[in-house]
Amino acid sequence: MLLFVVSIATFAIFFLVPRLAGMSADDLASRYVGKAANDQMIHEAAIRLGFNDPLVVQYGRFVKGIFVGVDRNYGPGIEHCPAPCLGYSYVTQNPVLPDLLDRLPITLSLALGAAVVWVVFGVSTGVLSALRRGSFFDRLSMGVALAGVSLPIFFTGIVSLAIFRDQLGLVGDVADWVPFSEDPLTWANNLILPWVTLAFLYAAGYARLTRAGMLETMSEDYIRTARAKGLPERMVVVKHGLRATLTPVMTMFGLDLGLLLGGAVLTESTFSLPGIGKYAVDAINNNDLPQVMGVTLTAAVFIILANLIVDLLYAVVDPRVRLT
Amino acid sequence: MKIRSTASAVAITAALALVVSACGGGGSAKKTGGSGAEAPASQYNAGVTQVVNPSDKTGGTLHMGMPGDFDSVDPGDQYYGYAWNFSRLYTRALTMFKPVPGKEGLELVGDLAEGLGKASDGGKTWTYTLRKGIKFEDGTPVTSKDVKYAVARSLDKEILPSGPTYFNDWLDNGDYTGPYKMKDKLDSWKGIDTPDDQTVVFHLKKAYGGFDYFAMLPSTAPVPAAKDTGTKYKEHPVATGPYMFKAHELGKRIELVKNPNWDAATDPNRKQLNDSVEVLLGQNEDDLDQRLLSGKIDVKINSTGVGANARKTVLTDDKVKQYADSAPLDRTWFTNLNADVPPLDNVHCRKAVLYAADRSAIQGAYGGPDAGGEVALSLMPSKMTGYEKNDLYGVEANPGGDVNKAKEELKACGQPNGFSTTISFRVERAAEKQTAESLQQSLGRVGIKLEVKGFPQGDYFKLYAGKPDFAKKNGLGLMVYGWGADYPEGFGFFQQIVDSRVIRAAGNTNLGVKDPEIDKLVDQAAAEQDATKRNSIWASVDKKVMDDAFILPYVWAHGLFYRPPTLKNAFISQNFGMYEFLTLSTQ
Repeated sequence: MLLFVVSIATFAIFFLVPRLAGMSADDLASRYVGKAANDQMIHEAAIRLGFNDPLVVQYGRFVKGIFVGVDRNYGPGIEHCPAPCLGYSYVTQNPVLPDLLDRLPITLSLALGAAVVWVVFGVSTGVLSALRRGSFFDRLSMGVALAGVSLPIFFTGIVSLAIFRDQLGLVGDVADWVPFSEDPLTWANNLILPWVTLAFLYAAGYARLTRAGMLETMSEDYIRTARAKGLPERMVVVKHGLRATLTPVMTMFGLDLGLLLGGAVLTESTFSLPGIGKYAVDAINNNDLPQVMGVTLTAAVFIILANLIVDLLYAVVDPRVRLT
Repeated sequence: MKIRSTASAVAITAALALVVSACGGGGSAKKTGGSGAEAPASQYNAGVTQVVNPSDKTGGTLHMGMPGDFDSVDPGDQYYGYAWNFSRLYTRALTMFKPVPGKEGLELVGDLAEGLGKASDGGKTWTYTLRKGIKFEDGTPVTSKDVKYAVARSLDKEILPSGPTYFNDWLDNGDYTGPYKMKDKLDSWKGIDTPDDQTVVFHLKKAYGGFDYFAMLPSTAPVPAAKDTGTKYKEHPVATGPYMFKAHELGKRIELVKNPNWDAATDPNRKQLNDSVEVLLGQNEDDLDQRLLSGKIDVKINSTGVGANARKTVLTDDKVKQYADSAPLDRTWFTNLNADVPPLDNVHCRKAVLYAADRSAIQGAYGGPDAGGEVALSLMPSKMTGYEKNDLYGVEANPGGDVNKAKEELKACGQPNGFSTTISFRVERAAEKQTAESLQQSLGRVGIKLEVKGFPQGDYFKLYAGKPDFAKKNGLGLMVYGWGADYPEGFGFFQQIVDSRVIRAAGNTNLGVKDPEIDKLVDQAAAEQDATKRNSIWASVDKKVMDDAFILPYVWAHGLFYRPPTLKNAFISQNFGMYEFLTLSTQ
């Protein structure tokens, strides 16, 4: 249902806004022809792209592509884009789904790697800050967390590249994307900086959330009871304190990871990583509806999946939740 | 406001990063690609007139990077200068610009063809003879039929939309639209004959004296019909040049390797010095500039050189500046004066604008003399073939404008106290916004009041300034933009911006130059077979446009390019206005 709503909304924004601004079908098509195209070429492009058809018919054609596939003239012949077909780019003329699948490993590598870093550092910093409330460590870590939340990726990214890659030579050339399957070490070396930069932004929020949750939980009666029963402090903190704190952290994690898997737009652009986020930026800049639809639906799928997984994990973390 | 603050933040960040990069070790530009050795000294602008670091050593990889992507690497589907420059690494068109520095680089020579074309039938028929021994990358010999097929497929703008339309417009095509829709009609197509395997004969609808420039277009590079994959041909164009595609990850990277079937004996204009050429696509421009300055990337592929933030570093640090070149481009930045909007229908009112404008201030908006360009005296860029000095408004003596003459023209126009109109610009382009504001100030000196209005650049020509109805209805009297030539000869520069017959309902690049005399001169120049006479007519077109005062030119554009100290055989191609890619190497 969500995918349906998202696709209709994207479609409507793409076609209705220009129409409201007075653009004709030919005006719209003129974006997708060469710069030397004449009126006839533009008009033919409008017909070919179906811009003269009612919006409902155009949307129906898109949905049909997802369930049945699309036939397309590529010049020497007709090719079939099998279902689920997200159509062909208006600009590059490439099929959208293979393009997205081609870029998915890059976005997955970036988002999952960064997620590990921010969860480990964010949660552990939050726990330690809560346990040492008011200490120098608490103030320092919360100050750094504040900076992390405040500084944009294009700032931390470019400055970190200048320092760690150009001056110190500690990391590889991020733009030379190497798949994990080809060379795991180079893959990791090239991604360390994007991971840390992205994690710096997110870890800050997790540290603050975990700290607040831990402070509240650690003052609960059942924590005092656990201590009174003589449980070791580590067990009190991890099993009774942290476990209760993790529920809101997991909710946030599901949303964040889902969004990132749909494209870490700023990080990918800053580090020249050709993932789904960079693809989304190019699609928007080119007013390329099939590509924009593809990215939007991919992001929606990931958000749904991530939230589903988080819902399932609630049962593992919180003993009060049972899957029925 | 949000756009401005974001842009400022990005600029500050990039500037900070460049400062950080430049700190320590005496400046990164002193290192030779990270080896730590001292780099050879060079001179600013050395690459404009001579080959820098000449070398015949072979081996290594040439690393290139670009902020976006090519419109296409299919030779039948590309329009940008950097794409044409790049495609000559793996394809060979009938003719090409001589790959040498200086003015000699504007001369056409034979490439796939033995020499330039032979005209007959008063310039309506052009014949080219192919060199013998040229092969495709798979060893198949190239024949005239492959050239004919290549041009024929480029006519189909549904499948290959991006390239120029010269062959659509000029060849005697009848109703032929290309081999994809008319598979069986290639042989009966009248546009091109192939009497034998070595001869290609072009038949034109009307005479054109500069056809050798059309023969230089990448769409004349041969394509084997059996290997044509239409829209997918860009994944692996079949090579005839010294390199061929090993990998093309669309939108990500390209890797070229040596073409084993390229024979230097058939190609006096190219060498095969690099083992491979790698292009990283879609790079963050500020980061790409940093990598270029530190020698991690050998060449940046784009039209204008280093970005705004890196420019500051290049121009202010002499250690860096010595490796930079300010290259003149075939481009003029100008403002169109719309005669559909009164009182600009009166030539004297238009002349008042041309006299009053402060071109020095606008030069600053475009980046100054090094990164922006020279103050323009007329529309035609001075570097172009056939340029003749034409300073009707005394700009050389008064780049800041001549207020007294402007006032005289306003009196002659019947508007002694000035008038009001609107000036449009592309909102994403800071230089154009500053230009509009600068004109608002300088024209204000004589009472011409401008209302400044920005429009999105993606639709600027299709919906706003380039749509005559919209421009007239909204009173766009002045429209800021600029134009670059397809090739450095009059027709390639003027035709689309001064010929009134190209004006259509929308999507125009001629924003209002309407003079039958200019149209007549364009026709005369196009048909003229004698190059000297032809160039003289183009100079007359330049003078007439200025006399009509339909266009206010202010900057002949330059690009600021950087060549790392390790880059060999580097020089600016006078034709492309960027480094000549054919000669570059790293050993």
